[in-house]
Order: sequence, then C-alpha cells, then structure tokens
Amino acid sequence: MGTVSNNTRGWLFAAPVLLLVTLYLVIPTLWTVYFSFFTGGFQPDRFIGFENFRRLFTRDRLFLDLSGFPWSGALLNNILWLVFLPAGAIAFGMTIAVLADAHPWERVIKVIVFVPIVVSNTATAIIFRFLYNMNPRIGFLNAVLTSLGFKPRPWLSSREYVTFALIAAAVWIWTAFAMTVFSATYKALDKDTLQAATVDGAGEWQKFWLISLPMMAHAVSFVFITIFIQTIKIVDLVLVATDGGPAGASRIIGFSFYWETFQNLDVGYGSAIAVVMLVILLPVMVLQVRRFKAEEQ
Amino acid sequence: MVAQERSDAMTHATGVYLTAYARLLRSIVLCVISLVWLLPTLGVFISSIRPRAAVAATGWWTVFTRLDVTFRLQNYHEVITTHAFGRYFVNSFVITVPSTLLPIAVASLGAYAFGCLKFRGRNAVFLALIALMVVPLQVAWVPVLQVYVRLGLANTFPGLWLAHTSFVLAFATFMFRNFFVAIPKDLFDCARIEGAGEFAIYSRIVMPISMPVVASFFIFQFMWVWNELMNALIFLQHPRKYPLTVAIRGLLSQYGSEWYLLAAGSFVLMSMPLLVFFVFQRFFTYGVTAGAAKG
Repeated sequence: MGTVSNNTRGWLFAAPVLLLVTLYLVIPTLWTVYFSFFTGGFQPDRFIGFENFRRLFTRDRLFLDLSGFPWSGALLNNILWLVFLPAGAIAFGMTIAVLADAHPWERVIKVIVFVPIVVSNTATAIIFRFLYNMNPRIGFLNAVLTSLGFKPRPWLSSREYVTFALIAAAVWIWTAFAMTVFSATYKALDKDTLQAATVDGAGEWQKFWLISLPMMAHAVSFVFITIFIQTIKIVDLVLVATDGGPAGASRIIGFSFYWETFQNLDVGYGSAIAVVMLVILLPVMVLQVRRFKAEEQ
Repeated sequence: MVAQERSDAMTHATGVYLTAYARLLRSIVLCVISLVWLLPTLGVFISSIRPRAAVAATGWWTVFTRLDVTFRLQNYHEVITTHAFGRYFVNSFVITVPSTLLPIAVASLGAYAFGCLKFRGRNAVFLALIALMVVPLQVAWVPVLQVYVRLGLANTFPGLWLAHTSFVLAFATFMFRNFFVAIPKDLFDCARIEGAGEFAIYSRIVMPISMPVVASFFIFQFMWVWNELMNALIFLQHPRKYPLTVAIRGLLSQYGSEWYLLAAGSFVLMSMPLLVFFVFQRFFTYGVTAGAAKG
C-alpha cells in the first residue's frame, strides 16, 4: 500500500462529512460576513460598509442603550446571562452533586433535577409562563407570594424582572448538566486524600473548599465554557417565553438576530448581529482547539 | 435496609462523617431543591388532566387539599384531534428519525478516517472541525435558506433532515472519533493482514463494537431534534409540516390563556423525550457529558 493510496482513502472516508460541513457551515459563514456589509432583504442590495455595525452599537436602543442608567439592550442582557446563568447552574449543580453523593435518595433526586434538560427549551418556556403567571390562582410563584402577604409581580411582563426570570428558567435547565459532570468528577476524586484530611481533623466545609473544589477546577471550567457557548446561541427559550418583550426588554443577541432577520426581514442587519456572535465566540473556538491539542498529547 | 447499609458503606468510603444535625440539614436542602425542580413540571402535568373550568378557577396545587377533585384525559383528546397535535406528533417523528440516522452514517465514516486512517492534512482538518462545533447556527440559517428556496428544498422534510444532519456532523464526528481511537490497533492489523478492505473493517469490525457510542449519540440526537424549534421554524413554512415545537408556539399565540390546552399540548411534546429518558437512562450520563461540546 503506497502513501498516495492511503491519502486518497482517508480523504474518501472523510469526504461526506467535509462536503456537508462546507456547504452548510463554512460557505454560509463567509456569505453572512459578506452580507453584513450590505442592506437588503434576502438578497444583498446596497454596500454600506460598516454602517450595520455602527447602527448596532450606537443607534439601536434594543441592542445597546447606554443613554440612561441602568444600561439596557440585548448585549447588556446577554452579559447578565453570561454572569448569572453559569454561576447559578454551577452553584446548584455542585451543591446537588456533593450533597446528594451517597445519599439514600441520590438516584431519585438526580432524576428529578435531570427532567428539565430532557424536555425542550420550548416546553420549559411554557412551564415557566405558567409558573410566573400574574394571576395568583394560576401562577404558583405569585400564589406563594400572595399567601406570604406580598403583592403578585409581573415576572415576564415588566422590564425590571423579565431578564432575571428567564435566567432562572435557564438555570433550572442547565443545573442538570453541571450536576452530571460534577457528580462524575466528584465520585472519581482521590479518596485517600480526603480520608487523610479527615484524619487530620478537617471539617466537611474545609475539605470541600480546600481539597475537593480545587481538584474539580477542570470540570468547573468545562461546564462554564459549555454554558457560555450556549448562552450566546439561545433563541428558543426567549422566543417562546416572551417574544423578547415587553418592548424588547428581554432580548439577547441570538434572539435579536432572529427578530431582525426573520421578523423585520432586515437581513443585512441581522447578518451583522450574527457576525458579532461569531466574533464573541472566536476566542472560545481557539480555546477549544488548544484544549483538544493539549489533551491529545 | 440494603440500600441504607450500602449508602452507609459508601459514606465511609468517601470519608464523609456527618453529625446527626448535619445529616438532617443535608436532607432538608436536598428536599427543597427537589421540590423546586419538580413543582414547575408537576403543575403543568396536573393542569393537563384537570377540567377546563377547574384550571381557570383554582390553582393546580389545590388538588392536594380539596376532596372534589376530578381528573380526565379530555384535554389531551381535544389538543390531539381539534388542534391536530396527532399530526404534529407524526411530523416530529418523521423529522427526527432520518435526522438522527443520517448523521450516524456520515459521521462514523468521517470518524473512521480521522481516528483509524493516516492521511496528509488529517490533523489540520480535524482541528477545523473542532472549531466548527462552536460556530453559532445564526451565521448559517440565512444563506442555507436562500439556497433551499432556489433548489426547492425549502419547506420539505429532506431539506430539514439534511440541515439537522450537517449542523450536528462536526460534533458527531468528534464523538465517534474519540471512541474509535481507543480501539486496539491490533484489531486493525490482524484484519489488514487477513486482506480485509478498509470499508469492511469499518462496517464489520469498528461499527459493531462501537454500538455503545452509537446508541448514546442516537438518543442524544433524537431528543435534540425532537425538541428543536429554530430549524423547523426557519426551514418549514407550511403548517401541515410543523413539528410539535412549532405547533405549540402557534397554540400559545392563539390560546395563550387556555392553560388546560397548553398544558396538555406541552405534555404531548414532552411525552417522547420523557419516555426515552426513563427507558434509556443509563446512556444519559455519557450522552450529556459528551454532548456538552455541541451547540
């Protein structure tokens, strides 16, 4: 078998994957970057240079509004998502992974926490519309508040609450993922080290912060990066839960892309948003490639 | 009893020694967390089997304290027949199965190339695939739709199958390749000495022993496509072709306050993933952990 035929064979096996990926991802990406410099509906109409980007960052109040305090817009909301979604999912996921470990109810608890990631974002959006319903005879959360003597709150229809209400729904989904990864890591920790610490008189709290957690740093960063990527891409949860409302207050970048492109048919402008998303994810791409290279060596 | 003993043994193995107070606190925290994760879904489920008038008048939690509670399946009957969720269920199925099988066929071939064959440019191309896993679909939707409209693939199931397949390929290839590289090299050498061709080695040796990873991917992708909204929303325009995810969005815009109907509709949507989850639970940890890298 010569090298040449080996080469050909390898490329032949890889050909279907490479063909489809090129047609569906590589070429479309280039086209979208090109389109982001034009105005137009589904065909590029007029070249306008960086005008779409300028409009996005300076004149689109639903994308970025720095004129009043607190700042607002899809980009700002997305930053809130990027901070609180991973933080919430990691905190709950870690709590459950550690506390439920070797607990008699471990399996049941994990199944319960896992259900949200099994049902779709679409279903979750509806589940939370129901939970957050303004009417305290329908929405459970407002029923609890009312019975405690508070006033019911419009969780999904006030600018003040909506982003955090949606982030809470996303935490509810992503905790399962964090829990699964952390649980597997926690069970694989070196038990002798923990045992030795116990002998030396360390409490459970100390052992967690000083030994277990540092040993799980890799798992934490893996979960963080995964959720980070998702947070940039999400559309469906926001679309079904609020349609980006009230008055655009719950928009995030991925949603803005969808709305400008398919609702307002401002495709050049939507393409510019897609390019911004790509630029945000570029460092993550480099990181993932580096990570893989390091693991292979 | 056995479970209790086993858990005590495990407790000792982990080196966790808790006081009675700490044990109680741990159980309470776990209880609260379980309730928070259970109640939202449970509320929708209970509402899906309560009569319309009851759902509109009182909260679902009152079923635990009232005596005159009736449950019925009529909401499901209504959403499946009057609102055509029976057809949407079939559509979801027709969309999901090929979108799950196609990537297995295509990606396993590619993974064989990247994991079991040596060729020039292999590593560079594979690293490019890893980078592509991160690319947001937002950069692909418009150009693909434009081409689809020209080729007559817009608004067709094959168009959607191909889109779902292509969007998951980088990840699927990555997942299969990581399994394939762990197969002992002797196996390939023996087969090659026996004179087996590469395709025979792929189809008769590698694929049969890779069933665990194929099954994990199958379940992961099945649920992903079943639950997916955006691709269907963008590539299908005709309501007769909608899957459940798109259909329920329509139901929401028309009957946004009819919770008996929305609850039943949501559970029709959730029924399949929940069934798959409870039947194939053991594949899940692997699928989720591996699936993490995908967008």
